[in-house]
Amino acid sequence: MTYIAKPKLHHPALTPNGLGYLRRDYEGSVSTLCAGCGHDSISAAIIQAAYELDLPPHRVAKLSGIGCSSKTPDYFLGNSHGFNTVHGRMPSVTTGANLANRELIYLGVSGDGDSASIGLGQFAHAIRRGVNMTYIVENNGVYGLTKGQFSATSDRGSKSKKGVVNHDAAIDMVGLALQLGATFVARSFSGDKAQLVPLIKAALRHPGPAFIDTLSPCVQFNNHAGSTKSYDYVREHNEAVNRLDVIADRKPIEVDYEPGTTISVTQHDGSVLALHKLSDHYDPTDRIAAMAYLGERQAAGEIVTGLLYVDPEPGDLHGALGTTDRPLNSLSDAELVPGQAALDRINAGLR
Amino acid sequence: MTAPLAAVNDFVVKFANVNGSGSASANSMFAKAVLRMGVPVAVRNIFPSNIQGLPTWFEVRVTEAGHLGRRGGVDMMVAMNPQTWDRDVAEIEPGGYLFYDSTKPMPASKFRDDITVVGVPLTAICNAAYTVARERQLFKNIIYVGALASLLGIEIAVIEQLLAEQFEGREKLIKANFDALHMGRDWVKDNMAPLGLQVRRADAVGDRIFIEGNQAAGLGAVYGGATVCAWYPITPSTSLAEAFTSYCQELRVDPESGKANFAIVQAEDEIASIGMVIGAGWNGARAFTATSGPGVSLMTEFIGLSYFAEIPAVIFDVQRGGPSTGMPTRTQQADLIGAAYASHGDTKHPMLLPMDPGECFTFAAQAFDLADRLQTTVFVMLDLDMGMNEWLVEPLKWDESRRMDRGKVMTYEELEAGRDFGRYLDVDGDGIPFRTYPGVHPTRGGYFTRGTSRNPYARYSEEGSVYVDNVQRLLRKFETAKTLVPAPVLTRASQPTREGVIYYGSTGPAMHEALGLFEGQGRRLDALRIRAFPFSSEVDEFLASHDRIFVVEQNRDAQLRTLLMAENGGDPDRLVPVLHFDGTPITARFIVSAITQMMDATQPPGSRPLREAAE
Repeated sequence: MTYIAKPKLHHPALTPNGLGYLRRDYEGSVSTLCAGCGHDSISAAIIQAAYELDLPPHRVAKLSGIGCSSKTPDYFLGNSHGFNTVHGRMPSVTTGANLANRELIYLGVSGDGDSASIGLGQFAHAIRRGVNMTYIVENNGVYGLTKGQFSATSDRGSKSKKGVVNHDAAIDMVGLALQLGATFVARSFSGDKAQLVPLIKAALRHPGPAFIDTLSPCVQFNNHAGSTKSYDYVREHNEAVNRLDVIADRKPIEVDYEPGTTISVTQHDGSVLALHKLSDHYDPTDRIAAMAYLGERQAAGEIVTGLLYVDPEPGDLHGALGTTDRPLNSLSDAELVPGQAALDRINAGLR
Repeated sequence: MTAPLAAVNDFVVKFANVNGSGSASANSMFAKAVLRMGVPVAVRNIFPSNIQGLPTWFEVRVTEAGHLGRRGGVDMMVAMNPQTWDRDVAEIEPGGYLFYDSTKPMPASKFRDDITVVGVPLTAICNAAYTVARERQLFKNIIYVGALASLLGIEIAVIEQLLAEQFEGREKLIKANFDALHMGRDWVKDNMAPLGLQVRRADAVGDRIFIEGNQAAGLGAVYGGATVCAWYPITPSTSLAEAFTSYCQELRVDPESGKANFAIVQAEDEIASIGMVIGAGWNGARAFTATSGPGVSLMTEFIGLSYFAEIPAVIFDVQRGGPSTGMPTRTQQADLIGAAYASHGDTKHPMLLPMDPGECFTFAAQAFDLADRLQTTVFVMLDLDMGMNEWLVEPLKWDESRRMDRGKVMTYEELEAGRDFGRYLDVDGDGIPFRTYPGVHPTRGGYFTRGTSRNPYARYSEEGSVYVDNVQRLLRKFETAKTLVPAPVLTRASQPTREGVIYYGSTGPAMHEALGLFEGQGRRLDALRIRAFPFSSEVDEFLASHDRIFVVEQNRDAQLRTLLMAENGGDPDRLVPVLHFDGTPITARFIVSAITQMMDATQPPGSRPLREAAE
């Protein structure tokens, strides 16, 4: 039960991060999801990423919609403010929250039902507006909380636990995000922590709309033969295009790969993304090529994972609106309320 | 033969035009010219949901007595639209005047013999002076203004001054407009005598201003400290968000950095609009959206979240004719119940009910204090009539000593000092808990906001007693709201009476005029103007102290009456609905007629038929 606090037992050998926080300080309540749920692995990856990045836990705002995935913000970053909003509407709430205070780090967690069905419109518009946020979709191709209906990311021809074959085309969130102008697009797998943690770190440091589609098998309703979102299926068809190391500011870059197989992308905030290429010629800064490559591999039945696209100099909504550098929620009466003199001028113009 | 109407500073002129013909600015100039002569006017735009081609009307009530409601009836029709000719002619009061373009002869059957017909060959004058089609169209409007000025005694110099202000710095344009104005004036001078309806310079306007409610509310949001506006275009609310935008650009750009102390997003729909508002409110910014009934319908799920999770939000609902798409360009007060109880489950939301653009300004600003104080959605219920028409109101005022009331927000210092923080804990007995802004303290004050049931410390709980305690606290909070919202305004009859009338919103001016007429007839009615929901104790007192109360509303189902019955135990037998809901603004004539008939069924109706305007 989520209201039961976790025991505050620390292993004596735990090491604090650069801010003096332990990994435990980034944890939340005990998960109420099923044992083996992919979502819990993603929560663990978020905790690890925040810990490794030395993020002040309370400076992260975590928002979600409705569904199994959207419950998870309760299970990580317990000192952060969280907001479990309404179904499919996390993107608009995050947009408003971001407008109110541009200084926090915004992490939106959603599912495939939440973002690809009821919330597809809000997903699209938050991405195209360029809201500075990390948007993680925990994608299991199924409605878990209502027990096993197909979601809009279920592949055509995949089979439900009850044996029903899905006849609708699947929505590819990665393809949409690329088309709509996300400046950081990745796909990963909840079962591949080594790939996922650096991707989340890079996304959290990305000063624009960062989208991670994370395949996250539902052990209860979508982990059987005939499913294209099961642990076995994803492992068999996973084609990673690169491995990522995120190097925060002023830390030496250690590249232990063969020369010529690694490219570095320096983000606007100074963090460096060192990408070890697993696939020849894959250039994650070329959006059009990424879209073509993804289409091609998808047709071949592969699930391409890794950092698929990054724009190192992205813009965001605040930039487009020209808002003040200070959080809007901190502005004073003097800055916001014009006073009687201005009103007198306006009155004079209305006679 | 009916004698031609004769009146000074007390008559109604209605312009019938084709949408998109450029008539709006000419008509508005006519109205403003009367104002500048010190004579109050009440104007109403009657327009279709269309950009070009459909009929549109503009009504100007010239009223030295200062009656700012719609009067009903037309004393002079400026019939510029052949499409609506027959009904426009039919609407003129007996003895009234018909002004028309006489270039093309009309058969006698197209006129009435109980009115005075004033034909001015506008097209012929235009064609002689202009060759370009667009010029002919636009200047024709100015020519008829010149002709009308001459017929009605409006000073040409006043109109010239208005033109000079409108086209300041563009001398050629000013001269061209002057020429057109003079063409109309001179033709009338040479061919006709002034009419029985006359405007005479007076001193009845004072320093009042002429402003639309949407504009005033947009400005009020600036003064209320709103920094985030998320909206979706919908008639008749669009101009509110646009006014906020333009006032922000004027008043809220930091002079040093050139950066905006505001953020305005045109969202993809109303659901996203309110989502952004709630996200911003959750994060401590003052945020609002402007919409109309259909938008509120879409927003209801989020409004329930705001109620239950206790997040400040302000919604301006500029009401139009419903239900469904209804009459998008007509006025009603038909969203009251929809807004008061928006969303599933047991929910109630405070509503402010401004009467005119002056209150649109003050209530807009106050709504943000109330939303922060009560941590919930506060509705400001305008309507199309006050929202999209310029009304004459006292100049806007601001108390310089006033500061934003951000409500109960626990600070870093308080958290650091170890003050107990329970997000939904009623520490003061007023039902209002403390909140924290996200990111305030590294280890204290963080909590998980949710639409699910939770305990006072914001932890998930579906336990019955915990749930009941929480929703009972929300009722206590609603009781507290009664003491914070604007109190009703009581106008006592000249003698004690057990009969009363309750009214609200844009019905105000018509009701005030009607009250004067009732007094003249010797009928005594105490009048209570309700300015907010929930209803404060003054409303209970009024209900208790009157045997019969007429509840005057602009909707079919007597929505305010229902709220009075449901929330304050109003006796249905004593609350008599008086309802006007054809989409036109309510008139004093309607109110007097309806109430008079009910008050005294044996008294024969007046000898003069009461005419409602057709549109």
